[in-house]
Amino acid sequence: MAAEESYPPDLRYHPEHDWVRVEGEEAVFGITWYAQDALGEVVYYDPPEVGATVAKDRSYGELESVKAVSDIYAPASGEVVAVNQAVRDRPEVVNEDPYGEGWLIRVRLSDPSELESLMDEPAYREYLAGL
Amino acid sequence: MADALARTSLHGRHLALGARMGAFAGWEMPLHYEGARAEHRAVREAAGLFDVSHMGQLEVSGPGARDALRRALTNDLAIGPGRGQYTLMCDAGGGVVDDLIVYALPDRYMLVVNASNAAACLEHLDALLPEGVELADRSAEVAMLALQGPAWAEALRPLLATPAALELEYFEIAEDLVAGVPCLIARTGYTGEPGVELLCPWDEAPRLWDALMAVDRPPAPAGLVARDTLRLEMGYPLYGQELSRARTPIEAGLRWACDLEGGVFAGVDVLRRQAEEGTPERLAAFRMTEPGIPRPGQDVLVEGRPAGRVTSGTLSPCLEVGIGMAYVPAPVAAPGTDIAIDVRGKTKSARTARRPLVGASPKPS
Repeated sequence: MAAEESYPPDLRYHPEHDWVRVEGEEAVFGITWYAQDALGEVVYYDPPEVGATVAKDRSYGELESVKAVSDIYAPASGEVVAVNQAVRDRPEVVNEDPYGEGWLIRVRLSDPSELESLMDEPAYREYLAGL
Repeated sequence: MADALARTSLHGRHLALGARMGAFAGWEMPLHYEGARAEHRAVREAAGLFDVSHMGQLEVSGPGARDALRRALTNDLAIGPGRGQYTLMCDAGGGVVDDLIVYALPDRYMLVVNASNAAACLEHLDALLPEGVELADRSAEVAMLALQGPAWAEALRPLLATPAALELEYFEIAEDLVAGVPCLIARTGYTGEPGVELLCPWDEAPRLWDALMAVDRPPAPAGLVARDTLRLEMGYPLYGQELSRARTPIEAGLRWACDLEGGVFAGVDVLRRQAEEGTPERLAAFRMTEPGIPRPGQDVLVEGRPAGRVTSGTLSPCLEVGIGMAYVPAPVAAPGTDIAIDVRGKTKSARTARRPLVGASPKPS
């Protein structure tokens, strides 16, 4: 079952509807409730390789629903240290729990100052209201 | 600015059910309700209910109507009242103007055409019809529901005035009241499952919909995404994807719907020649043999080189693998040929396959 709409206050948000949770020098990336709702049931996750580098504002992988493909954008730059196998095995986890079990990759940040350009929860909600 | 989208008389019902709406052929239609995959499976396993009121209905009547239609339609029209036939309309070069079902009714023929092609069909017919044969566009007056799936009869039975509709053969059509609403009931559909299509007065569709949704085991409301994945599992072509003016029925594997022996329709010479000589390209269905979902517009690779183009692709909800259709060089179209699809820069292996891609059949009742 799809999750209820929410935007946790401890995350930072990218305008392409990706979130980042900072954990020390590493960060976890995923897509927001809004993004998974727009995409519909996620049926396929094409992740980057562990060890690959991702660049802020650039696509690092793809999520597909039955009907559409969506690029996923890196909210910050760094090296991929883990990929969520659970989403590869059961992509609908992204719909069920976009901020928890449905995380996509874990990254070692190369430039944590990039995070300053991202939105906090109130700013992202305001951004969504203007779409 | 885009033109305002047209709405069916069931628009409020879709919104009340929480449908995700989207634009299709100028109409605002339900894409899915709870979820496209669950809707797809409901149709394969029980029953689903689709609003297909966007489709066009053209009526042709008067003395000479049959002869006139034989100049417009590829199939032989050897049907008496109470039967329908899958057929196509072609231009002089054999390119497909539309694919449609023509029904013979006691006093007229009714053509159910794609929403996007209703105007083109009208124009094409208007130019062909002689004096005395009347052509009428009923699209704005006729709503259409598709009740599809093995449990269709259980959903329909309690609403019928007489049980005759339950005995209809595949592609037969009859009139009856359904929940008090006058309907044409046709044993047709585009899902690969048994079922009916119900045509009724535009404003009465909500009453019919409500009655169907209130039976003991109601059908699942199903949207256009499920409709598309269902037809794709069957390998049924869709206009705008597999069919266009740039393709002929022969290339699309629809030789069976063309009367090349006795046909007098526009484009018959081209189709006859293609049927005899073959065409460089043919439509093929395929399934992926590794993870990945093919999408329209992607290249088909044969021995590493682009050799064709995907026209439709999705993840099959029943097979849980990527499936699609593509125009490929004729020798490659033979089922069982190894190909690959360029899925956004990644080469993914696939194999051409016989249609349908799943074991479903619309014929058992």
